[in-house]
Amino acid sequence: MRLGYYPGCALHGSSNDYEQSLRACLGKLEVEPEEIREWVCCGATAAHSLNHKLSIALPGRNLALAEQQGFEEMLAPCPLCSMQLLKASKLIKEDDGLRREISSIVEGEISGRVNVLNLIQVFQQVGLDRIKGAVKKPLTDLKPACYYGCLLVRPPEVVKFDDPEQPSSMEAIVNALGAMPVEWNFRTECCGAGMTMAKEETVLDLSHRILTDAQQHGANCLVTACPMCHVNLDMKQYDIERSYSVVIKLPVYYLSDLVGLALGISREALGIDRHFVT
Amino acid sequence: MEPVLPENLTDADLIEALAHTHLADCYQCGKCTAGCPMAAAMDVMPNQLVRMLQLGQALEAMKSNAIWACVSCQTCSARCPKSVDCAGIMDGLRELSLQRGAASPAQRRVLAFQQAFLDNIRRNGRLDEIELIAEFKLRALRHEPSLRFLFKGSMVAPALQHRRKLHLRGEKVKDRDVVRRIFERCTDGKHA
Repeated sequence: MRLGYYPGCALHGSSNDYEQSLRACLGKLEVEPEEIREWVCCGATAAHSLNHKLSIALPGRNLALAEQQGFEEMLAPCPLCSMQLLKASKLIKEDDGLRREISSIVEGEISGRVNVLNLIQVFQQVGLDRIKGAVKKPLTDLKPACYYGCLLVRPPEVVKFDDPEQPSSMEAIVNALGAMPVEWNFRTECCGAGMTMAKEETVLDLSHRILTDAQQHGANCLVTACPMCHVNLDMKQYDIERSYSVVIKLPVYYLSDLVGLALGISREALGIDRHFVT
Repeated sequence: MEPVLPENLTDADLIEALAHTHLADCYQCGKCTAGCPMAAAMDVMPNQLVRMLQLGQALEAMKSNAIWACVSCQTCSARCPKSVDCAGIMDGLRELSLQRGAASPAQRRVLAFQQAFLDNIRRNGRLDEIELIAEFKLRALRHEPSLRFLFKGSMVAPALQHRRKLHLRGEKVKDRDVVRRIFERCTDGKHA
């Protein structure tokens, strides 16, 4: 089946290493996501904070485009985009009046039939057995702290994915790659999300706690499936070290980096050399 | 029965409608506050904000710093034993506080960022990161003129450039008119 691709702004902006990584990795697994033409920003936190209608309409526009372009499934690798798309879809399906109104606002009929997937779900569709069978370089030296953050698992009635308090889907994938995920406490705590610019101290504080807990539990790297989490934990790690007078030096990988490495793809091809902590 | 006109709605009713939730369901167990990563930085706790809305003190809730400290992590909503969407209530409070001009002056920076973000999307359809930073700083500088703030973060630019993460020109959608029309329809009040 054709898989639509909604990159969202981050993956075409400063998190373009995430796009490089997932394209290289999924390509090796013969999954070629097709970008939704003319996609628009989901509105992110700004829309859901300041204009509720817009926070349904902007994702709604993308759902309409995906339907027009014949997709039944689409990958949204950013969990905020993914959650906003799923939330709009849920509200539209529950209320036909709203569905018609949003369809008219966005100038495109929305039925809500497009299935929105996060990156973990795409790996699950490929199948853990198949991924395990394709491993060329088992990651036996890696003890990753699998970090879900907020929106992969919350709100549970919107994303309907994994266990919101004790998720395990990322650990299952990392296990299949030969790595040994650690048990730790901050897997679904918030990194500070979109406050990076407006309230840096929030990000430094929350991300510091996450990185510290991961290290205290014996992790030698952290793995995420979110561009914002990666910015806060990787790019801001130096600022965290300076603010708290600590040395952390914990590499932060995208989930597709680890799958890609195990499949034998080079660090450069995955864009890992473009991270801040290496 | 006559349909209820929007004018008859209290602010608490508007927030319930925005958040698709029932304020009266909250029995003040405090679980939202217990799990909130930002509670320590809030002047009013999440459960107290809900209580204020129950008691008709919506304007006081809108003026709090707390609603701008919230990081929208959704933990409160996910754990509420009564399925009250506390994170949705935070969104509703922010939206109304903007409309009523009640946003706490101490929190202007967060509001400036979010307004700059939406302005950027309205024009481009997709985020232009450099433009966003410039617009955010210009907006925020009106309230807190500071050279230190103006240049804060600029040191990371060469490191981003080196990693091919800096885009001097952001992407734009081709049909920007439709984006403009979507924004107009979402802000004209006719589609409330």
